[in-house]
Order: sequence, then C-alpha cells, then structure tokens
Amino acid sequence: MKLSKITLAVLGASLAAGLGVTAYAASGQSGGAEQPYQGLTALGYPAPQEGQLVHVPPTMADLEEADIHPELKKVIRRGYELFTDTQQLRGKNVFNDMNCSSCHLGEGRQPFSAPIWPAAITLPGFRGKNQHVNNLEERIAGCFAYSMNGTPPEYGSDDMLALSAYHQWLATGAPMYPDQPIYGRGFPAPPEPELEPDYARGEEVYQAQCTICHQDDGAGHYEDGEYVFPALWGDGSNNWGAGIVRTHTAAGFIKNNMPLGQPNSLSDQQAWDVAYYMVSQERPQDPRYTGDVDETLELFGPTFHRNSRYGEVREHDDHRLADHANTGEKDFLKPWNVGMPRFEELSE
Amino acid sequence: MNKTVIKGLGLLLGTGLNAGAAMALEGDAQRGQEASATCVACHQADGSGMNVPGGESWPRLAGLDSGYIVKQLHDFQEGRRENASMTLFANMLDDQQIADVAAYYSQMPVTPAQGGEEVDDALLERGEQLANRGDWDAYIVSCKSCHGPGSEGVGSDFPGIASQHAGYITAQLEAWKNDERSNDPQNLMGAIAKRMSDEDIQAVSAWLSRQSVTAE
Ligand code: HEC
Ligand code: HEC
Ligand code: HEC
Ligand code: HEC
Repeated sequence: MKLSKITLAVLGASLAAGLGVTAYAASGQSGGAEQPYQGLTALGYPAPQEGQLVHVPPTMADLEEADIHPELKKVIRRGYELFTDTQQLRGKNVFNDMNCSSCHLGEGRQPFSAPIWPAAITLPGFRGKNQHVNNLEERIAGCFAYSMNGTPPEYGSDDMLALSAYHQWLATGAPMYPDQPIYGRGFPAPPEPELEPDYARGEEVYQAQCTICHQDDGAGHYEDGEYVFPALWGDGSNNWGAGIVRTHTAAGFIKNNMPLGQPNSLSDQQAWDVAYYMVSQERPQDPRYTGDVDETLELFGPTFHRNSRYGEVREHDDHRLADHANTGEKDFLKPWNVGMPRFEELSE
Repeated sequence: MNKTVIKGLGLLLGTGLNAGAAMALEGDAQRGQEASATCVACHQADGSGMNVPGGESWPRLAGLDSGYIVKQLHDFQEGRRENASMTLFANMLDDQQIADVAAYYSQMPVTPAQGGEEVDDALLERGEQLANRGDWDAYIVSCKSCHGPGSEGVGSDFPGIASQHAGYITAQLEAWKNDERSNDPQNLMGAIAKRMSDEDIQAVSAWLSRQSVTAE
C-alpha cells in the first residue's frame, strides 16, 4: 500500500496489512497532513515503514472538542496536569526533581521519546522486568518507583485513575493488542558505535553540549524553586532501578531527544559516549537492593542490570557504582509496589 | 546587591562559554548610570526601551540579567551579533563600562511592554500555547522550557522574554530564522525559531509582551 494514498481518519484497526495509520478521528490538525510524522524525517528520524502501526494521539485541544462526558474530560485534564507537573506530588509520591514529561517529551505524545499511549493498547501484558503480567496502573507505578525515586499513588486512587485516563485517551483510535510493531515506540538505541563507549570522550561531549542546562554536576537547575532543567544523576535524579540507567536506553533517549530542541544532532558515537558518562555517575539505590550489591546483581542482573553499570568499578577512580545505601530524598528503600507478589496461585 | 552578578558569572564560567577575561570584571551600577548617558535616547531612562511599530524597536533592558547584557555587548563589539545602531554604541564602551551598564540595567525593575494590544483571542491563545506548552507536532519546544517559569529568564544564558516589546521579540525571531542572528550558544534558539511560522512569531510575541513580571 502506498503511503500517499492513506487518509487518516478512516483507517484504523481494520487495516490488515501495510501501514496501519490511526488517529483521533475528530482531529483535523494533529499530525498535520495525510501522511503523519513526515516532518520528523527533516529532524533525522526514520519515516514510518510499511507494516508499522502509526498512531497520532489527540492533543489537549482535541479534548476540549471531544464528544465525551465532561466529568471524564476533567479527569483526563487532571491526568495531563499530573503527567506534566508531577512535582505537585513531591514528598508524597515523588522524591526527586522529575516530572513524567522530563523523559516522555511532548506531553507523552512524541515518537522516539517513549510515547506513553502504547502501554494502553499492549497491557495487560507480560513484563520481563518483573516477570509477570502487568496492567496499565502497574506500569505507571513502575515509573514512580524507579524513575521518580518515589512511591506510586494507590491503585484505583484518584491520581492513578487520572493518569491512566490520560494514557488511554492518547491511545484513542489505536487498535488493542496490535500485531504490528509500533512506530516511534520507546527510546530506540542508535546503532552500535565504532569505538567502545568511553568515559573521557563522553565527558567532553557533556561539557560542550549539556552543562549549559544540566550543569557541571549533573544536578540540573531550579529557578526560584521551580523546575527548569532536570537532574541527570545524584539525589535529584532517577534511582538505579530506572530503565534509563541502561546504557542503550540512555543512548536512545539522548540521541533522539537531546540537546533539547536538537534531536539527532549528536553522532551515534557521541550519543553512546555521553550516555556512558551519564550512567557512570551515582544515583539513589535501586529499591530492589537486598543490602548487598552482589546479591542484588545476582537476582536482577539477568532481567535488568546486565545492561547497566550497577556494581561495576569505574575505570578512572576505582569507585564501585551503586555500592551504597543512599535512597536520596526518601527515607525508605522499597515502595509498596516493588516485589509485590502476583498470580501466585497460578504459578504452581 | 551584587548577588545577581555573581550568580550570573558562576553560570557563565561554569559552562565555559565566552568566559573571557572581561567577564570577570565586577560592575558598578553607579558608574553604569553615568556610562549609560548615551543609551537613554533609545533604551529610555527607566530602561524600558520602546516598541516602534513599523520601525526598529528598542529592547527593554531593565531587569535583564547582567551576565546576559555583558555577553550581548561583547557580541556586538566583536561582530557576533550585528545591528548598525547598536554596534556603534557598544563600541563606545570599554570592558569596565560594559560591566557597569550591565549592573545598572540589571538592577532596574522590569517595565511593562507594548505591541501586543490589538490582537485577537485566537492569536493570544496560540501564543500562550507556544510559550507554555510548545507545539511538538512542529517540534517547537515551549519557550518556558529554556527561558524558565513564566519565561522570565534563567541565569545568564536564557534571558527573560516575558514583558519584552512585541516588535523586538518578532525582530529577533525573524533574525534567527533568516540567519541574521546566530550568537546563541549551541544554536539553541536558532533551531527553534526556524520551525516557527510568521503567524507563530506574531502570536508568541504578542502574548509575551502582555505578561507582567513582578519584582520579587
Ligand atoms: C527518568 C526518565 C523517566 C521518567 C521521569 C518517567 N519515565 Fe516512563 N519510561 C522511561 C523509560 C526508560 C521507559 C521504557 C522505554 C522503553 O521501553 O525503552 C518508560 C516507559 C514508560 C511507559 C511504557 C511505554 C510503552 O511503550 O509501553 C509508560 C506508560 C510510562 N513510562 C509512564 C510514565 C509515567 C506515568 C511517569 C511519571 C510518573 C514516567 N513514565 C516517568 C523513563 C522515564
Ligand atoms: C537547552 C537545555 C538542554 C540541553 C542543552 C540539554 N538538555 Fe537534557 N533536558 C533538558 C530539559 C528541559 C529536559 C526535560 C524535558 C522537559 O521537562 O520538557 C531534559 C531531559 C534530559 C534527560 C531526561 C531526564 C533526566 O533528568 O535524566 C536526559 C537524560 C538528558 N536531558 C540528557 C541530556 C544530555 C546528555 C545533553 C547533552 C548532550 C542534554 N540533555 C542537553 C534540557 C536540556
Ligand atoms: C540608536 C538607538 C540605540 C542606542 C542609542 C543604544 N541602543 Fe542598545 N539597542 C538598540 C537596538 C535597536 C537594539 C536591538 C538590536 C538588534 O535588533 O539586534 C539594541 C540592543 C541592545 C542590547 C541587547 C538587548 C537584548 O535583549 O539582547 C543591549 C544590551 C543594549 N542595546 C545596550 C545598549 C547600551 C548599554 C547603550 C548605550 C551605551 C545602547 N544600547 C544604546 C538601539 C540603541
Ligand atoms: C532550547 C532552548 C530555547 C528554547 C526552547 C527557546 N529559546 Fe529563546 N533563547 C535561547 C537562548 C540560549 C537565548 C540567548 C541567545 C544569546 O545568548 O544571544 C535565547 C534568546 C531569545 C530571544 C532574544 C532575547 C533578547 O533579549 O534579545 C528571544 C526573543 C527568544 N529567545 C524567544 C523565544 C521564544 C518566543 C521561544 C518559544 C517559542 C523560545 N525563545 C524558546 C534558548 C531557547
């Protein structure tokens, strides 16, 4: 099927082969033309390929126009506000300097910035990270426990419901359990670099391209107590259990999204080097920590830390990474959702 | 009183940007007032500048970060930023005077701006969107992502643009779009401006000019 023949609104789950394009039907503008995301190629992103599910999520302007119950609109709006200003839950659910949108750029809608709507159409589903079937709430809870170094709002609570309503609203029009790969999902890593990622080269990239916003010490910047630039490491950042501590995920995030406003401007080598530099810095302990780095590695190496530098010794100063009990700003290690047993009766 | 100066310098030096010897000079607001005698014709005695419809607007300098002012004046002197009227006046200042006028203007309270009066609500709504949320479908990152809460500025690298004259904001964004201004670090501003339509520029300039910045 030719890309150019596709008209947006009529296409949906029924598209059996070729490029699956879905969009919020009422939205004339979001995504722009008949061929969504074509503008992204000018920014160095790949164009949608045949066989991929391409979905253009609705915007907040679309929400105002949508023909849904006003109470639901209120809740979705609340979810949007929590997602883009998660700092309002600081000290309650969030114990670092992040918003959800610090990593999920463009309000969670942006391709190659781990858009969040795919979770709403692929879950409940099995997750390798915790080795059981998760639903949307549990997925969101995961980002609270690790990326926000916090503890999630209760399942079914107002805040949790509002956040999941926002995720699901963004998925409007996309097919449930799609059998096609999703265009722009996650933070795809750039191709393996020619040279092994290197700390010193990474530091050079960091100094030249990142410090103006994230500062020398990686602590980011608050202006008069208000969030501006998030922390890349240290107590204000995500903990050792967060997905972005894996070098390939960090490289994927950076290549596709940083420096802010200039995606794909770093070479693949630069992206891997600066990612390696960033993931070689200290941050709060992984909530799955058993009190012993080696034991923790044994338990969570195979499913997670084999891709991070957890427990490795840093070349230049012999520092062993993550060998500490610092939990950052929170005064507990493990939030209620981490390690919560699931479906035990089914696993005989 | 000199806290802003020192903080600004810290940021500049920290980033290794333009941290020339001249930057280390400490400004004196009193002396700055004297040195600014030639500036008032355009930037006004209260630093408010002036919106000049159909002509070249003079930016508000009052309340701009001192490190930012110092950088701009050096950029004019060294040709990294080009403007016939300003290059002439920047060249009249030595490094110490630059530090002095920067201290002087940075300590003035931010004044109200003009140029956004006669615009319709739809345009203002678009302006507000661009300033506070951006338009990611066009990869226009919100102004406040870099220019800080309320777009009132962050350190010396990201100047306050709220309550700046609409005519001046428009002129600068057009200049970046047309490759006539390129003194921004890492092309951070140019990359954004190039993605904006003329209507976007008009919208965000009008909206920003209507924001009031209250003194702390
Ligand atoms: C420090 C960065 C970071 C922050 C902050 C963050 N996340 Fe994530 N998020 C990630 C990473 C990394 C992934 C995994 C992407 C991948 O699969 O490669 C992810 C994945 C997700 C997914 C699954 C997307 C999919 O494709 O299935 C959802 C949903 C999600 N995050 C929601 C949230 C919410 C809600 C918040 C705020 C409470 C949040 N995230 C905060 C980094 C972050
Ligand atoms: C112009 C300012 C700016 C520059 C330069 C910049 N960033 Fe960012 N960065 C941001 C902002 C702002 C966010 C959060 C996005 C948001 O809140 O909308 C962010 C988010 C991030 C995140 C995810 C959140 C976190 O704290 O971990 C990482 C990782 C990151 N940047 C790495 C980098 C790297 C590496 C570079 C240099 C190659 C870089 N950034 C350059 C402004 C910048
Ligand atoms: C003839 C009118 C005129 C005079 C006199 C003048 N300026 Fe300017 N100034 C301008 C204009 C016009 C601009 C905007 C230049 C541009 O478009 O790039 C400007 C820009 C500036 C800027 C940059 C502001 C910003 O926000 O980036 C500074 C700083 C400045 N002037 C300082 C001074 C000082 C100090 C003096 C006196 C020594 C002075 N100016 C005298 C017209 C003038
Ligand atoms: C990625 C970071 C970034 C974003 C996003 C950004 N800017 Fe800027 N902007 C800058 C930097 C850096 C400068 C300072 C340039 C210099 O030092 O000369 C600047 C300068 C400016 C100036 C010149 C100010 C003066 O006094 O001369 C204007 C006007 C401006 N920006 C408008 C905007 C608007 C409007 C938006 C939103 C649509 C925006 N900026 C978004 C980084 C950014």
